[in-house]
Amino acid sequence: MIVELGHYTLVLALGLALVQSVVPIIGARIGHFGLMRLANQTSIMMALLISFSFGALTWAYVNSDFSVVNVWQNSHSLQPYLYKYSSVWGNHEGSLLLWVLFLAIFASLVSVFGKNLPPELKANVLSVQAWILVAFLLFILITSNPFERLANPPLEGNDLNPILQDVGLAIHPPLLYFGYVGLSVTFAFATAALISGRLDAAWARWVRPWTLIAWVFLTAGIAMGSYWAYYELGWGGWWFWDPVENASFMPWLAATALLHSALVMEKREALKIWTVLLAIVAFSMSLLGTFLVRSGVLTSVHAFATDPERGVFILAILVLFIGGSLALFALRAGVLKSGGLFAPISREGALVFNNLFLTSALATVLVGTLYPLLLEAVNGSKISVGAPFFNLTFGPLMMPLLLAVPFGPLLAWKRGDLLAALSRLYLAAGAALLAVIITLAFTTDAPVLAALVIGLAFWVMVGAFAEISVRTDIRKNGIAKAFARAFGLPGSLWGTAFAHFGLGVTLLGIVSVSVFETEVIQEMKIGDKATISGYQLTLKNISPRKASNYNEDIINFEVLAPGGEKFVMQPAKRIYTTRRMPTTESAINTSGFSQLYVSLGEISENNSLTVRMWWKPQVTLIWLGSLFMIFGGLLSLADRRLRVGAPKRAARASKVESEVTING
Amino acid sequence: MTRKQKRLAGIGFIALVLAVAVGLVLVALRDEIVFFYSPTEIIQEQKAKSGQRFRLGGLVKSASVKKEGTTNSFVITDTNSEIEVSYTGILPDLFREGQGVVAEGVLNSSSVFIADSVLAKHDETYMPKEVADSLKKQGYWQQNPDEDSKSK
Repeated sequence: MIVELGHYTLVLALGLALVQSVVPIIGARIGHFGLMRLANQTSIMMALLISFSFGALTWAYVNSDFSVVNVWQNSHSLQPYLYKYSSVWGNHEGSLLLWVLFLAIFASLVSVFGKNLPPELKANVLSVQAWILVAFLLFILITSNPFERLANPPLEGNDLNPILQDVGLAIHPPLLYFGYVGLSVTFAFATAALISGRLDAAWARWVRPWTLIAWVFLTAGIAMGSYWAYYELGWGGWWFWDPVENASFMPWLAATALLHSALVMEKREALKIWTVLLAIVAFSMSLLGTFLVRSGVLTSVHAFATDPERGVFILAILVLFIGGSLALFALRAGVLKSGGLFAPISREGALVFNNLFLTSALATVLVGTLYPLLLEAVNGSKISVGAPFFNLTFGPLMMPLLLAVPFGPLLAWKRGDLLAALSRLYLAAGAALLAVIITLAFTTDAPVLAALVIGLAFWVMVGAFAEISVRTDIRKNGIAKAFARAFGLPGSLWGTAFAHFGLGVTLLGIVSVSVFETEVIQEMKIGDKATISGYQLTLKNISPRKASNYNEDIINFEVLAPGGEKFVMQPAKRIYTTRRMPTTESAINTSGFSQLYVSLGEISENNSLTVRMWWKPQVTLIWLGSLFMIFGGLLSLADRRLRVGAPKRAARASKVESEVTING
Repeated sequence: MTRKQKRLAGIGFIALVLAVAVGLVLVALRDEIVFFYSPTEIIQEQKAKSGQRFRLGGLVKSASVKKEGTTNSFVITDTNSEIEVSYTGILPDLFREGQGVVAEGVLNSSSVFIADSVLAKHDETYMPKEVADSLKKQGYWQQNPDEDSKSK
């Protein structure tokens, strides 16, 4: 019954979405406030209805109701409770329901927090969001209904794919989806601005926090997914340039660019048209990601079901929204007036530089991801585009950008002074130089390029705090006063510093692990020893263990660290009983920022097995850096100038401003 | 510089960056992509020279898997032709005889495929798409004959 109610509320939500996609926008056209206000109620109602629907599906999973096809296919009564919950989105239908739920939540957030928005803008935004909702609700109800029933319910379910039964993967999709869908808000704002032809600083004030929220979640989702792939797949890699990874990385690149260009628009009223275009591109990348992952055109863990009908449907949504918004852009972009002249060397110039390189990099990733699909469609040849392609294209484009990162915040708006900025970066330059020299002196076989990139990482890390050090000026003010000043600095300034610092940290981790990693593959029996980077591993014994939905053989290693301390590592071979599917659980030991990683092959009859060991120096910095980026994003969000009340003041300010210009 | 010259310099710089990006992509698309072939395409049609990097896909031939120390050897077949593969490392959990597999590496002078990565399917009902397609081409894939005849 609850399941049917969930289905019913989803249909009801579609009805409301249809109303909301037409009525408020007409209201905005004819200036009828009643019609415009309707969206406030419908968007909140929709969020509640879809929440109920999602709750109903979750209920079916938690209670192992195998009369529901979706539950039967992806769950098992003996699964731990965490995975009963995560199974809800560990499959095609459920994950789309989660997508739509977030979409509805974002729409309702706009209507709740948007009390101060100009009513026409708000009505248009909510209508555009309803268009997206209609498309995806139709998609779910027509091709991917999670509430379908089985006539003769089986007693037991098919279990969730074992490699998805992991804490990392339980939280990775919701984080990523929240980021993906968060970009729909910016998209709706951009489309609404194009429809009404009005775009002011208040608009940018609204767009930036929403982009920031989406960006924070995207960053978290991607980092989580990367760490999951690292420890769960047992290949020891943290990024494979797999199309599915690219699908999440492209919206991130676009959102990062948008974050920076919205800054220019908010502060200087420049780059308006470009910002609108980026907002469209960012959400288009989200849609493209959803298409690539959900349509089954790609071979991956994420391609749950290859159903041509679904692929065509998503493709239609993709073409409709991307094509439609770009056409609207082409028609209406001319209406938006751009202002705010600036010199090439200025804060604006630096942010344009950032956008230029980020979008070029985005374009190369896009080409690398889509080229195999295109080539196969054209002449049938099958190719794969992997790490070598992206190292040659994406890598070189990132270097000038990273070099420029510390300069950006030090340049003044309108007209900046490059030499003055450089003179404030002497500490960063010194740190970078020192890092290069130390790397070259203390490593024997490190390539010069690696040493340079390590220098670049320190340049970015130390340079990130240059603006704060200039503003507080410890030498002139003394420690106490400098501290007081530091606390008084706006949150967004600290946010920038931490996010840029995190970028440097991630870069340091990437170079370090790519260049200095060591690897040993060895066939081992009980009692055998292996040595890697000063660690000595002894295979002690193999102990079997039974868990609720799998059996495993735990391989016990005793490890002697170079410092003399001893610890145990326990990688395991598992067999999930329902699907008879084997998986390998690797073992990881962290010391400092580095990790010792042990993965296993199959156990042969004479109890010998292939053991693959890696020493991964500073590998955790890769994800630690992303935590700094997230922290930076949150600090920026907490900035009082960006708080919910703030847009009101901004709106008033811009009104005053425009009055002044009229009077002047 | 006048405003016009400044603007031209700006546009010139943007054009330069874009040109570099395009150049990099073109070079990378020529040199850094990896083609996928079936054993038939290698043996009968000689699509790849020895030393050239490619992906080889097909089924793992029954009773062909041998292990010597950390080196695994097996035969990839598309039921028409077959190629011996040698791989040092850990085979994926779902690597099985008679099942689909994709290996990436180079063919050595004695026609053994030296793989540096081996991919198997992600779950027990799933066959790598490339393998399924190439088996269809050999007329072996019988799971869905209607679809097969339609696609031809």
